[in-house]
Amino acid sequence: MTLTLGHFLSLGAMLFALSVIGIFLNRKNLIVLLMAIELMLLAVNMNFVAFSYYLGDMHGQVFVFFILTVAAAESAIGLAILVLLFRNKTSINAEDLNTLKG
Amino acid sequence: MDAKTGFFYLFSVVLLFAAFRVITARNPVHAVLYLILAFSQAAAVWLLLKAEFLAIALVLVYLGAVMVLFLFVVMMLDIHIDSVRKGFWKHFPLAATVGALIALEMAAVLMGGFRGMEEPKALAPVLDAAGQAIQHSNTKSLGKLLYTEYLYPVEIAAVILLVAMIAAIALTLRQRKDSKAINPSAQIRVRAADRLAVVKVAATQKPLPDEPAAAAAEEKKA
Repeated sequence: MTLTLGHFLSLGAMLFALSVIGIFLNRKNLIVLLMAIELMLLAVNMNFVAFSYYLGDMHGQVFVFFILTVAAAESAIGLAILVLLFRNKTSINAEDLNTLKG
Repeated sequence: MDAKTGFFYLFSVVLLFAAFRVITARNPVHAVLYLILAFSQAAAVWLLLKAEFLAIALVLVYLGAVMVLFLFVVMMLDIHIDSVRKGFWKHFPLAATVGALIALEMAAVLMGGFRGMEEPKALAPVLDAAGQAIQHSNTKSLGKLLYTEYLYPVEIAAVILLVAMIAAIALTLRQRKDSKAINPSAQIRVRAADRLAVVKVAATQKPLPDEPAAAAAEEKKA
């Protein structure tokens, strides 16, 4: 039994589904929500790398490179916003963020 | 089942277990540590896919920088776990349904469509003039692609990183009221006229007309 492209894609799909479940469960905890988003990006990157290898096309890996760049920027800004939020509300509970509610 | 398949299953199982613990861990520090484990396993899977540069970049950038940032923020914040964990399992049935549906549907399509796609055959080694096989380098081919075809996107990615850095600094920068600090820009902009005022003062005072005697005494003293 050898590895096929389907194995890697299924791994990515399961990882993505797990992080979707994580977003459902940790809907109050902002920092774990950020971590679940990181896991989702990892699952997508896994698909890109698998396709790149099995189709013999380097462009997929270039795309992963750019996704990594954007993900790093996103987590840096997200954590900065989180710190700012904690400074103002002394909590990271997403349910406390209702000041814009009419 | 060859060694590569065995390693794939090992890394996959550890990766999925770590991802599961990331979303269910009670302590956020544990969640970050399991996320580090998950990323390292993903890097190992990428090594199986011969994406060496990206695997090492994942370890360096993600485990080395982003996860340390996460750990730093988690340890800096004082999180009340109980209030955040309240009603944690309330939506679990819905979440499990949605997650299982996504995984099963995607697996059904992907295993059906791509199961037949076997590993690419190793290409015949390219020989150089001396008859030696030229080693294929993942980093070299990725770099060639990045700096020729994707040159402008690379520049844009660099600008995105710069914007992210400035935004993160600007967001968290604050003026502290309890500490005294100099303002460098005001310091540089200052001119001599702001600090030193030259006032014209008469060397002698005019004697007041109604007190000639006092003025005369003053003149004598001077």
